[in-house]
Amino acid sequence: MLAFALKRLALALLVALTVSIVSFSLLRLSGDLAQALAGPSATAADVEAVRKAYGLDQPLWVQYLAWARQALHGDLGTSFFFKEPVAAMIAARLPVTMTLGVSALLFALLVALPLGILAALKPNSWVDRLALTLSVVGQALPSFWFALMLMILFGLKLRWLPISGTASWKSFVMPAIALGYYGMPTFMRLTRAGMMEVLASDYIRTARAKGLRAPAILLKHALRNAIVPVVAVAAVQLGFFLGGSIVIESVFALHGVGYLGWESISRADFPVVQAIVLVLALFYIVLTLLADLLNAFLDPRIRVG
Amino acid sequence: MRGKLAWAAVALGLIAPAAQAGKPDDTLNLAWSAQIENYDQYFNTVREGIVFAREIWDNLVDRDPRTGEYKPLLAKSYRWVDPLTLDFALRQGISFHDGTPFTATDVAYTLNWLADPANKVITQQNVSWIKSVEETGPFAVRIHLKAPFPAALEYLADILPIYPHDYYAKVGPQGMSRHPVGTGPYKVAAAEPGKSFTLLRNDAYFKESPKGRPAIGRIVQRSIAEMPTQIAELMTGSIDWIWQVPADQAEKLRQVPGVTVKSAETMRIGYVGFDAAGRSGATPVKDRRVREAIAHAIDRAAMVKNLVGGDSRVLDAACFPSQFGCTDEGVKRYAYDPALAKTLLAEAGYPNGFDIDIYAYRERPWAEAIIGYLRAVGIRAKLTYLQYAALRDKNWAGTTPLFYMTWGSNSINDVSAILGNFFTGSPDDFARDAQLKSWIETGDTAIDPAVRKANYRQALQRIAEEIYWLPMFSYVANYAFSADLDFSPDADEVPRFYAAHWK
Repeated sequence: MLAFALKRLALALLVALTVSIVSFSLLRLSGDLAQALAGPSATAADVEAVRKAYGLDQPLWVQYLAWARQALHGDLGTSFFFKEPVAAMIAARLPVTMTLGVSALLFALLVALPLGILAALKPNSWVDRLALTLSVVGQALPSFWFALMLMILFGLKLRWLPISGTASWKSFVMPAIALGYYGMPTFMRLTRAGMMEVLASDYIRTARAKGLRAPAILLKHALRNAIVPVVAVAAVQLGFFLGGSIVIESVFALHGVGYLGWESISRADFPVVQAIVLVLALFYIVLTLLADLLNAFLDPRIRVG
Repeated sequence: MRGKLAWAAVALGLIAPAAQAGKPDDTLNLAWSAQIENYDQYFNTVREGIVFAREIWDNLVDRDPRTGEYKPLLAKSYRWVDPLTLDFALRQGISFHDGTPFTATDVAYTLNWLADPANKVITQQNVSWIKSVEETGPFAVRIHLKAPFPAALEYLADILPIYPHDYYAKVGPQGMSRHPVGTGPYKVAAAEPGKSFTLLRNDAYFKESPKGRPAIGRIVQRSIAEMPTQIAELMTGSIDWIWQVPADQAEKLRQVPGVTVKSAETMRIGYVGFDAAGRSGATPVKDRRVREAIAHAIDRAAMVKNLVGGDSRVLDAACFPSQFGCTDEGVKRYAYDPALAKTLLAEAGYPNGFDIDIYAYRERPWAEAIIGYLRAVGIRAKLTYLQYAALRDKNWAGTTPLFYMTWGSNSINDVSAILGNFFTGSPDDFARDAQLKSWIETGDTAIDPAVRKANYRQALQRIAEEIYWLPMFSYVANYAFSADLDFSPDADEVPRFYAAHWK
């Protein structure tokens, strides 16, 4: 197990390094950063001044090493736009993104688990087919459009929920739905498959023979075993939600890391974009690593391969 | 599962007081998409920073947006001693929001601090004309200029607010950004860079101010990235005021009860630029007849009526009409005449038209309309649509033969803010006309208004005669706000909330 864990850890570190190099280089290839920073009404002299001030006239690898050295000390640089330390800015906005990510995950699980269980209880019935169809249709909806539809229905027409901002817990309901919808099909299929396999097994038959009632069998025995792969996948999905919340955060004006990332990209605020890519990639890598380790722990067959 | 739920409930327990909205709470809720990175006016580059600054701080003089004249604000009066020396007599009895009295020291300290390049004010050209400022009395200052700069008053009125010297020396730009302090009609209750700010009416604001007395009690601003979200919030009444609404959505909003939509002209002008000097090589537009053909080929009036709308108007001179020095007297006009365009093209040696690259960075449909007009006379223009920064790179490198771009002059109401940028030999200059450059430079540095106007007139006539630019039209900005609010937009695109009130 240890050897497996170490190998996985080394791989994770390598991925993190690659992500940082790639994002660093890509950012600097999309036009003249000095110009983008100086703004649309700057003169040529202003732009040159900006170029020197931010060290953008040095070779790429020099810039990268300087940044990497600082990052390892926890200094993720200073935002070109806000002139504040990036690490502090991200830390301030992380709670919103985490709240959104966790809410989205909870929503997805709350809907997918019962549906998956129902589908497993009556395989190939109309319930089963309906559940699967709903989830597939959901994945085909563009998130932007879905978010706006929710906003119009619940925010504008029914006035049940606030449209934007983070004033109260209600502000996270629509964003959680719009973001979490994508996770549903995976969870549902996994739960369904897992439940079907477990329900057909011997110990369940034994439990029925012993006279245990259906809900007890279902929840105490069957679900606990079927849910194992779902938990592992949930970890990965959470990473996806944290990194993929840009659109939802922008539409609902939630000032989280995604919103900051989007605005920083359009402002060419490179330290911030770089740091966000790194932080979110790290979250994703850590969660994937945890999922891998969890799976390996539970299913010894994975450790060998 | 239960544990997870509890954790989530705690995390989601962000209980806050209900949003206060509109007239009943005397709170004006604003939303815009821009983020003010630093509330210190000298360290941000967004227009919204100027909007914020006008509420919190005062300048020495204030330009009346309707009449264009400079009204005394913090200064009682001013006098040009000579082209390099400007004297101000200051008002007495004014206090900053923290109670400290306003004196000449504040003016001298602020302007001297800004003029020092070591302090790295972002837009250097706003302050680089100042040599030094001395206090000539407890309520009098003298500004020394590096070179004659008649637009000095315009800059002082527009973007140079006065800071409290003690406070600024103590806290610097970062401190000023977190807790802005000024003399203005509103005080800052809270300011989060990039997210929101809250202002409270300054009841001690001095009565003689040309800005008037602020009426609305509280102003709360939020940054909302997406226009549809802003519109939805406006329709539910949680937001009372938004701007920069695209034309088609503005039309729809007009039908919504409880919402007022106003379209005001802005100082931004759209123009078609030509590489007349041949920087990008020997392209067809180097020939004046081709440029004239293009000028006759585009129906600008139709574009204004059908695409831009509102108060937009066709422009013939390369400037915005309210700018000092802007005139279309004697400026050649080019009527929409596709037949004449084709004749001119044939004369120039292109009876079957030609292929050319055209560049643009905004209003893609309008650029495509221009391409349509060109195609009708045989010119096949291929569009390259880029981000502003990338297009400006290409401009400066001289590789763009034909382009549709815009210029807002930073809302500076002086022709020096536009002609000086594009026709005096900088990388933006595609005319490279020595005589034109000389007229503009004379106009930029003369003090006598009559001399300035004469030189600028000649410059504008020359630009039209040679068709270095084809000015198209002025831009319109759409404002949408609650029907309870009495608000009037101005052409300089700086909404003045201190002048607004509830109906």
